[in-house]
Amino acid sequence: MADGIYLDNNATTMVAPEVVEAMLPFFTEQFGNPSSLHQFGDKVGRALKKARKQVQALLGAEHDSEIIFTSCGTESDSTAILSALKAQPERKEIITTVVEHPAVLTLCEQLEKDGYIVHYLKVDKRGRLDIQEYYDLLSDQVAIVSVMWANNESGTLFPVEEMAEMARSAGVMFHTDAVQAVGKLPIDLKETSIDMLSLSGHKLHAPKGIGVLYLRRGVRFRPLLRGGHQERGRRAGTENATSIVGLGKACEMASEAMEFEKSFVRAMRDRLEQGILSQVSHCFVTGDPNNRLPNTCNIAFEYIEGEAILLLLNKMGIAASSGSACTSGSLEPSHVMRAMDIPFTAAHGSVRFSLSRYNTMEEIERVIEAVPPIVEQLRKLSPYWADGGPVEEPEKAFAPKYA
Amino acid sequence: MWDYSEKVKEHFFAPRNAGAVDGANAVGDVGSLSCGDALRLTLKVDPESETILDAGFQTFGCGSAIASSSALTEIIKGMNIDAALQVSNQDIADYLDGLPPEKMHCSVMGREALQAAVANYRGEEWVDDHEEGALICKCFAVDAVMIEETIRANDLSTVEEVTNYTKAGGGCSACHEGIEEILMKVMDERGETFDPTAVAGEIKKPTSGLTNLQRMKRIEELLEEIRPNLQRDHGDVELVEVDGKYIYVKMIGACAGCQMASTTLGGIQQHLAEGLGEFIQVLPAEELARRAAMGA
Ligand SMILES: Cc1ncc(COP(=O)(O)O)c(C=O)c1O
Repeated sequence: MADGIYLDNNATTMVAPEVVEAMLPFFTEQFGNPSSLHQFGDKVGRALKKARKQVQALLGAEHDSEIIFTSCGTESDSTAILSALKAQPERKEIITTVVEHPAVLTLCEQLEKDGYIVHYLKVDKRGRLDIQEYYDLLSDQVAIVSVMWANNESGTLFPVEEMAEMARSAGVMFHTDAVQAVGKLPIDLKETSIDMLSLSGHKLHAPKGIGVLYLRRGVRFRPLLRGGHQERGRRAGTENATSIVGLGKACEMASEAMEFEKSFVRAMRDRLEQGILSQVSHCFVTGDPNNRLPNTCNIAFEYIEGEAILLLLNKMGIAASSGSACTSGSLEPSHVMRAMDIPFTAAHGSVRFSLSRYNTMEEIERVIEAVPPIVEQLRKLSPYWADGGPVEEPEKAFAPKYA
Repeated sequence: MWDYSEKVKEHFFAPRNAGAVDGANAVGDVGSLSCGDALRLTLKVDPESETILDAGFQTFGCGSAIASSSALTEIIKGMNIDAALQVSNQDIADYLDGLPPEKMHCSVMGREALQAAVANYRGEEWVDDHEEGALICKCFAVDAVMIEETIRANDLSTVEEVTNYTKAGGGCSACHEGIEEILMKVMDERGETFDPTAVAGEIKKPTSGLTNLQRMKRIEELLEEIRPNLQRDHGDVELVEVDGKYIYVKMIGACAGCQMASTTLGGIQQHLAEGLGEFIQVLPAEELARRAAMGA
């Protein structure tokens, strides 16, 4: 990789060189409109067909026509939820979780203002759902369940296959935002009851601005964008052919790298986590360590703030991200950390390291060396810290007046 | 990531006066843990002269919180406490060559920390009376409480009025939906319903008939009216040329090169257009030079 150590792959990934290479001709000689009858269009049309098959293979979808190309993960999420509401106007309820990505949460909050009833499933301190609570909410009033496969911040996995099964038995549509899961976990949709699934190219080494909505054959659907006949009228607008070709290639590569992801990427992640936890006191892994993405580790460093950690890491060329309020410009730390009831003094200090197959063990060792002095430096400035440890009863010793 | 000035970075990477002061006789603890920024300020005050002999900070917070704590201690060391109490959050931000608007809100707790420390030194109880809500307008750092109170105090009923009173919504427009929601709530309290199509105040019909000289004077007067606003933000404006409907101005001080310059020009244009009752365009003076060079 270029300069620096990139451990922010849940935010976005490097476009794989092979993907770039596959895309380049579609900027130049292969510029035709895939809908055109002539040879210029026909070649591009064939390339899209191949890409659709490549995506189908990675997802284990039964038919390639179940793949709808969109402009991003967010569009796929919106399309899925709004389609379910439009197609079943008599159903006014939605089930989702408190830890969804804003692509789902913000839409749901808006839908509440429009009169829909949204049930937000809570999580426990490890970020796990209460399946009984979910089961009790399923009814013929529910238009759609939308639950993420893997959480972008903690990496925690939800049992979506089991939940989709329960939804099907209750006659309710099931959508999963699998933006963080696709490419990192084996998926075989034809063996599940999942009706709709969102993915986003830029999380699996394809470019930004390309996404997919998987739509199981036979599921009632209403398009978000109406217009031309592209994507069989389910998503109008001339195809982003170049990016679709890139996504196809990226999916093919992800299938091939799946074993590597499960073994080597996981080993690097585990080494990073163990290396940091063994050297730094008063920090802990957030989420469910036994049930999460192989590439993600989220560590809360107590008594210091995440943005300050990131700035110091960045100075050493290390890129990660944080759930602190300051990194997002909001007033509250990440909703995911708050949902897991992580205290403010730790939630603001949560740092997410997300790896990819392009990282190396040598990079991981460098990060393990860099982190402890940074934490120590910031703790020296912290009012909660004195003489190498937290002050006694920190929350009482320093209880600032709200200003 | 944030667009921090070199000065902010310098004070973050190498903070001055970190840690508690030995023999401190004044302590101020302020901040908000939910925001993730809190500060303990310790001072050593000379009881005779009431001069601040030493100042130290301990901060739980982000880059700009640490930098502004460091800046605060640098500013107040050696000051008399009464003089130190005059230091404003804006002074701290200026010392650091500015802070992103989102960061003004939570991270600059300096003034409050000082007040709390001085109250502690004098054996008084410090109560903070200012309340803050969620940041609504990110362009001009205006929060929900401020907007709500302004709407209530002035019986406002349109987004445009809110913008005129608080600046909120005068930039990128992203917060208009948020402002409408606050309007809806407050108007509901006073038994009215918010009407998104309502227009602020009366619409002035274009009134012409001014002589060139009268028009020029009127433009000067109108600029005079908004000058205090700009000066409050440490900037100013100068009239350079009037050419038909084109009015050329020069932005001075903090307004020059400010990222909000085009918004400010927009605001001036709106004010002049309303005051003159005609359609005009306010352009930066550089544009005049460019047009002249092109022979246009
Ligand atoms: C879980 C999840 N859903 C949705 C998205 C949005 O995807 P996109 O950026 O392609 O719209 C992201 C990306 O951050 C994500 O992590």
